[in-house]
Amino acid sequence: MIVNPFDMQVKTMGWCPGCGNYKLLDALKEALHHLALDRRNLVIVSGIGQGAKTPQYVNAHMFNGLHGRALPVAMGVKLSNRNLVVIAESGDGCMYGEGGNHFLHAIRRNCDITVIVHDNMVYGLTKGQASPTSRLGMKTSLQLNGVLLEPFNPIAVAIALDAPFVARANVGDGNQTREIIKQAIAFKGLSVVDIFQPCVIFNKENTYQWFKENTYYLSDDYDPSDRRLAFEKAIETPKFPLGIIYRRDGRELYEDMLGITHTPAYEHTVADAAFAKMLKDYT
Amino acid sequence: MHHFENDISIVFGGAAGQGVQTIAEALVRVLKRNGYYVFACTEFMSRIRGGSNSTEVRVTARKRGAYVSKIDFLVALNADAIDHLQDRIGETTLVFAEKKHLEGKDISGFIDTPIAEFAEKAGSKIFSNTVAVGIVLGLLGISIDAFSVYLSEQFATKGEDVVAKNITAAKLGYTFGKETAAEKRIEVTIDPVEEQPGELLIDGNTAVGIGTVAAGCSFISSYPMSPGTGLLTYLAHNAEDFNIVVDQAEDEIAAINAALGASYAGARSIVTTSGGGFALMEEGVSLAGVTEVPVVVHLGQRPGPATGLPTRTEQADLNLTLYAGHGEFSRVILAPGTFAQAIELMQRAFHLAEKYQTAVFVLTDQFFLDSIAAVDESDIVRLPLERYIVRTDEKYKRYSLTGDGLSPRGVPGYGDGIVKVDSHEHNESGHLTENFELRRKMVEKRLKRLEYLAEEALMPELFGAAEAKNVVVAWGSNRGVLEEVIDNFQRKDLSGLHFSQLFPLNMAVKKQLEGKHIIVLENNATGQFADLLIREFGVPVSKRILKVTGEPFSVEEVVEVLQEV
Repeated sequence: MIVNPFDMQVKTMGWCPGCGNYKLLDALKEALHHLALDRRNLVIVSGIGQGAKTPQYVNAHMFNGLHGRALPVAMGVKLSNRNLVVIAESGDGCMYGEGGNHFLHAIRRNCDITVIVHDNMVYGLTKGQASPTSRLGMKTSLQLNGVLLEPFNPIAVAIALDAPFVARANVGDGNQTREIIKQAIAFKGLSVVDIFQPCVIFNKENTYQWFKENTYYLSDDYDPSDRRLAFEKAIETPKFPLGIIYRRDGRELYEDMLGITHTPAYEHTVADAAFAKMLKDYT
Repeated sequence: MHHFENDISIVFGGAAGQGVQTIAEALVRVLKRNGYYVFACTEFMSRIRGGSNSTEVRVTARKRGAYVSKIDFLVALNADAIDHLQDRIGETTLVFAEKKHLEGKDISGFIDTPIAEFAEKAGSKIFSNTVAVGIVLGLLGISIDAFSVYLSEQFATKGEDVVAKNITAAKLGYTFGKETAAEKRIEVTIDPVEEQPGELLIDGNTAVGIGTVAAGCSFISSYPMSPGTGLLTYLAHNAEDFNIVVDQAEDEIAAINAALGASYAGARSIVTTSGGGFALMEEGVSLAGVTEVPVVVHLGQRPGPATGLPTRTEQADLNLTLYAGHGEFSRVILAPGTFAQAIELMQRAFHLAEKYQTAVFVLTDQFFLDSIAAVDESDIVRLPLERYIVRTDEKYKRYSLTGDGLSPRGVPGYGDGIVKVDSHEHNESGHLTENFELRRKMVEKRLKRLEYLAEEALMPELFGAAEAKNVVVAWGSNRGVLEEVIDNFQRKDLSGLHFSQLFPLNMAVKKQLEGKHIIVLENNATGQFADLLIREFGVPVSKRILKVTGEPFSVEEVVEVLQEV
């Protein structure tokens, strides 16, 4: 048996039996293993929510921070040591609701970070309220007459901001999900992967079955570099396309725009000559 | 006959965009080059153009760092300046302005000064500022040479023509100043300085910036907010030379979280902001507490609540930093009183943050940040850059319970260990836990470092006699006014104590306060530091001298209040 170095011995997991998070965790760990990443150089940053617990169960570095704030933390990590592989992972409420502003600006910056969003269209940890991606009309303990607001479309927003890698997966399909995650991590730039997954407790509408019936895979001859076409795909509904919807290689990284070297910040020193020169400017 | 001796206050007043700050900067530099002690401070309205702003330049025989309300020479660039500064125009004040700006007011010291006319003669109205500096130099009887050199340097990139016109403008003003001094018998005498004034002429923003660079800071993410923005700008200017990542955040919440991410990865990181921005960061402060990730916060105070008076000064955010963040954890609050101190304390802030894996707040304010003064290069302290990062091994646990409350800090990518930090309560490995006993131990661990921090806490600086019955306590930017007031009184029964560390307090301070008549001077409405002294030491505070107008304390008003003591 091949041991996956990212596996962790965990006594009890915080997720409900049948939760889509298990499948996502498996797909992620397999992807990391297939890519032969060194776990000593892998940092997973997460926010708060059920999906955000993922790095608790992966044998790699973890910054499990605040609700909505995974992306700024991930950026801080990347800009201070660009040798690290950085993944920011959280749920739809965390990334698109509480952290919506960071989502926009993380795309604008374009650090080499992989953003994995557990999209179950409901709030799990706070027990069943609507999330930004909840479908119109879904009744919840709080949206008594059904969800009133149009769902947030992360794929369309990401493409509108020219995020260089935008993909969608369905956790029900483990192999395809793993492959999409692998490409996202290997991609140089900010990659957004929105992953459909059911919440078996609080979302009785968007089930494994529902996601299966309401999605389809983009054909092999689909050209993800065509932004207009990608945008068309992004607004398709009710059947959601799966796969790499948009990809633009070569967009300049924020790390490079800032001229960040490969010397990690923990080795930072203050050059005496530069310091003396700086003081001289004030004489 | 108008005689001024040893302590001259020159004020320039005008609208935003007329460049009163530029004038002051030029004048203080020229005066410093001529060997005088100078200090400048600025008050301005929250406007890009228009309004009424003023800058005070003090030329003194002793080193001073405080605002005075008296004006000896007022150079008014418009009519509003005279209205705006009316209350400070006294019998001895000489007002230099164009006659039309007087608007029929009866000011005994008015001197008709054709500033715009001279400027236009030199080429354009834009040279008015240069004329104004020339006038003052003429009045003070100081050689114009240093100013000509300054203008040549300042405008070198703009071509010879611009330099020449500026020098012409300066000379027109200078001649007018000299002739007026002779004609009106204006005499200014300043005793030669005891020692050379400092080599560096800087403002508070620069002092905080130099200290931050010296501290080995390599990451700042911040959202612009006056008066905190200066540090962000400073580091942007020096980013390349010192490999500092400068990120303009989308909001303050992003800023503090980015700083924590950077620090987690091994950077010495900082955020700079003001009260409103800091209020947004509070959850992040709590995150720093639970994750034990070091971070430095520079908070340039301005009057609140909410947007308050955005461009003015106050010291009302002590409680905000003292109680920032939900839950209980350690912290340090520093508040420099001089620029040299700011340079040292920024380094100390990073040192303490890293050594004790905690958040350190540095409180300054608009008055401090926008003031200009000279600093001796020999007073610039460089603390050794000690890092407290360990190389991890496979068994590494980020929150190992070591007994002293401080777990060796590893960072990702340095060693074979895995570094997990968690905003949840966690076990030694950093995994979330709800084990009651572990929770108790972790809370205790995070608070224990306050004991070490208190032992290492800076003692206050004493002015006057230690045994004086009355002691005036001040903190942060009020050091200058405290020192000058105590010096002016020369009373054996009156001393001053200036605190540059506000929390935790060194317990040895209690002895300095016990049995004393304690007077606390601070720029807020309730006496936040006075309350903290009572809380920490149980000493009674007899009197609170408070001010909330948005202006700094003037030497005169503090003297007046203390005369009753």
